[in-house]
Amino acid sequence: MSEPLIQLQGICKSFGDTRIYHDLNLDIFPGETLVIMGGSGSGKSTLLRVLMGQLKIDAGNVLIRGRTLDEMNRGELDSWRKSVGVLFQSGALFNSMTLRENLALPVREHTDLDDETIDLMVQIYLQLVGLREHIDKLPAELSGGMKKRGGLARALMMQPRILFYDEPTAGLDPVSTAQIDELIMNLKNKMGATSVVVTHDMQSAFKLADRLALLFDGKFAAVGSVEEFRTTTNPLVRQFVDGRLEGPFVNPSDQCSYKAQLLGRKINEVPHGQKTT
Amino acid sequence: MRAAIEFVGDFFYLLLDTLRAIMPALSNGRGRVLAWRNIWMQMNRIGVESIPIVCLVMFCIGAILAMQIAPELARFGIVPVTADVVALATFREMGPLVSAVVMTGFGGAAIAAEIGTMVVGEEIEAMEAMAIDPIRFLVVPRVLAGMVMMVCLTVLGDLAAMFGGLVASALLLHLGALQYVHHALAILKVGDFLTGLVKAGVFGVLITAIACFLGLKVRGGAEGVGLNTSKTVVFTIVALIVVDLIFTSVFFYLGV
Repeated sequence: MSEPLIQLQGICKSFGDTRIYHDLNLDIFPGETLVIMGGSGSGKSTLLRVLMGQLKIDAGNVLIRGRTLDEMNRGELDSWRKSVGVLFQSGALFNSMTLRENLALPVREHTDLDDETIDLMVQIYLQLVGLREHIDKLPAELSGGMKKRGGLARALMMQPRILFYDEPTAGLDPVSTAQIDELIMNLKNKMGATSVVVTHDMQSAFKLADRLALLFDGKFAAVGSVEEFRTTTNPLVRQFVDGRLEGPFVNPSDQCSYKAQLLGRKINEVPHGQKTT
Repeated sequence: MRAAIEFVGDFFYLLLDTLRAIMPALSNGRGRVLAWRNIWMQMNRIGVESIPIVCLVMFCIGAILAMQIAPELARFGIVPVTADVVALATFREMGPLVSAVVMTGFGGAAIAAEIGTMVVGEEIEAMEAMAIDPIRFLVVPRVLAGMVMMVCLTVLGDLAAMFGGLVASALLLHLGALQYVHHALAILKVGDFLTGLVKAGVFGVLITAIACFLGLKVRGGAEGVGLNTSKTVVFTIVALIVVDLIFTSVFFYLGV
């Protein structure tokens, strides 16, 4: 296999007392589509922010083509960010700007192309995601799925070779989901882009992925090909893939003792509360 | 206490970053056109909309000052000196301060709410991910626009207050308009006008920078936006008065 494009080495990160990552390791290779799965609140989306250098980690290294994010200066970090297209969960379109202005912004900021050329590019990319007739609408006038597609078009404007998708299909109807999946597949096949997709939509995950990684309890519990994920006997992966209730996989919120908390409150706090009423 | 020091420290870091980003924002090729367009837009939004309110408020302040001070002066038989007092108080103090308070309500709150909403909507994150520096793209144009418009507003406000004083003097104190203008012009020095404008420029930076700072600090949804918007108004007014005190002390010491 070729040299990894992105390497995560021993990443640790906590927010206050909440531990998000504990010794996280992963290699991402050029041209592959890696799908990262995990429960809600397991730090999937946060991982994309770590990769973009937007969130400081407590320990470990993020290496981009062999260089750590920490040793990069401002210019290097900017050129790394410019080479990546990010689709945010909500689309993250700028609400004060029309779709046209949203798409034009990164190109206007980073290139010397004239306005006509930029406008042509905007129309091409909006056509690609099927939003050309909405070009002069503000994000508030678009549906959730349209915002996501708009966000995708904007992420593509700088013609990135690397794409990060944060839950690209969450909250969309099956047809829109299929459309987005199709777009992602096309981008991969036509542009040879490296993609990192964060999702918990199993159907999309199996359709898109070259490799899958399951994030659990601050680590990657399993990393492997689609075939390996389908046939594995790893109980954690099985539970997640099959969507079963019983198993080692629990929601982070279920981890602390619910009963103890309820009882504790009953003994300590209720009488106190009654006094005040 | 520690939190307060950290807060002020963070704010000064933002000011430093803003200063550092001003030159690149205005000078490098393509970005320059955008930056100027952006500043122009912000000047319209922050400043132009405040003009009628500033003029109305300052007109009233001028009239109030005249009516408050005239009876005292009448005891000494020097009613025409009303114009002197109104002129000095307005140009040195009330003009910049009251215009700044109006702009805080108009521009400051709007900026904090706008940027706060952008934070909540992942827009700032998206901007960073596109290698667009939010300080350069959002803060610099607002701070520069705030500085320029605050100076303009103060000039207009000064004139409105003088006019308010003149109307009150003419109607209630039977002081001739010509006499009023003559007195005001005789007492005012260029220094009075300039100290007012220097203050105004600093106030403009303060208002917009605090608003941007608290906007960027918004956490936790719509509630956070509301909280930081009202914080912006309170903190800005406190900061304005404190900075005003510092300025006045320095001018007093220097005898300007």
